Amino acid sequence: MIDKKWIGHELAATTMTLERGRLCAFARTIGETDPLYTDLAAAQGAGLCDVLVPPTFLFGAELDAGTVDSMLADLEIPIAKILHGEQSFTYHKPVCAGETVTVKSRIADIFDKKNGALEFLVKTSQVHNDKNELVAELRTVLVVRN
Amino acid sequence: MSHSLQHVKVGDRLPPLTLAAVDRTTLARFGCASGDLNPIHIDVDFARKAGMPDVFAHGMLSMAWLGRLLTQWVPQSRLRSFGVRFQGITHLGHVITCKGQVTEIVEVNGERCARVEVATVNQYGQVKIVGDALIAIAIG
Repeated sequence: MIDKKWIGHELAATTMTLERGRLCAFARTIGETDPLYTDLAAAQGAGLCDVLVPPTFLFGAELDAGTVDSMLADLEIPIAKILHGEQSFTYHKPVCAGETVTVKSRIADIFDKKNGALEFLVKTSQVHNDKNELVAELRTVLVVRN
Repeated sequence: MSHSLQHVKVGDRLPPLTLAAVDRTTLARFGCASGDLNPIHIDVDFARKAGMPDVFAHGMLSMAWLGRLLTQWVPQSRLRSFGVRFQGITHLGHVITCKGQVTEIVEVNGERCARVEVATVNQYGQVKIVGDALIAIAIG
């Protein structure tokens, strides 16, 4: 069982620069056909500062930086046992390629069902841009299969 | 596109989006591009040790496809929130179709918004992900 003492724990802040090449690779991988996600000239022609950041891209910032791996190690959760249960995003301001964002997360809740056969870890995150404006909030529910 | 959003009404269906069958190459590429390198999605030996028959798709790959469903309907700047529940595993060979339908018109923070229910369904009719999104259809 995950120790409930971790409820309220704040993860180390994660900083990610939203590189255009990475965003274009992500867009191509999901089969995106809208050039606003892959073509700088098209994006600028539409009045955007750079290619768009797809709606779910920011989820990966803490994975990329190893923040989630550290959290799983601290909480002694083997990665082989986790499934993604729920994911949500709330959008406050647009973000563009070239910006640097900072993700700060806390463990909002830990609970179990079926006498501990399934445990649930709820993580909430705030994402700020480099002007310290809140751009997005994320909520992640991970399921641990015991 | 956005000029017609004023006329959005409950029951409207979004143009569906059908993807190519899930394969190992897509999972490897998505792992690298998204930052999710959990080996359960890319390493069959690891997946089998974890009790799964094979590697399977990242939930966030399907959520990204649902994001495409939404942004091919409205500009992304209209998207206020987007949330899903992962109900079933999307396996290799599954052909996923993303669907969406307007279920409610509501005012949120002074904006007229459409609530759109979204889902992914495979070729056998099995629903894998359900969720909803809030989209501003008239600002101010």
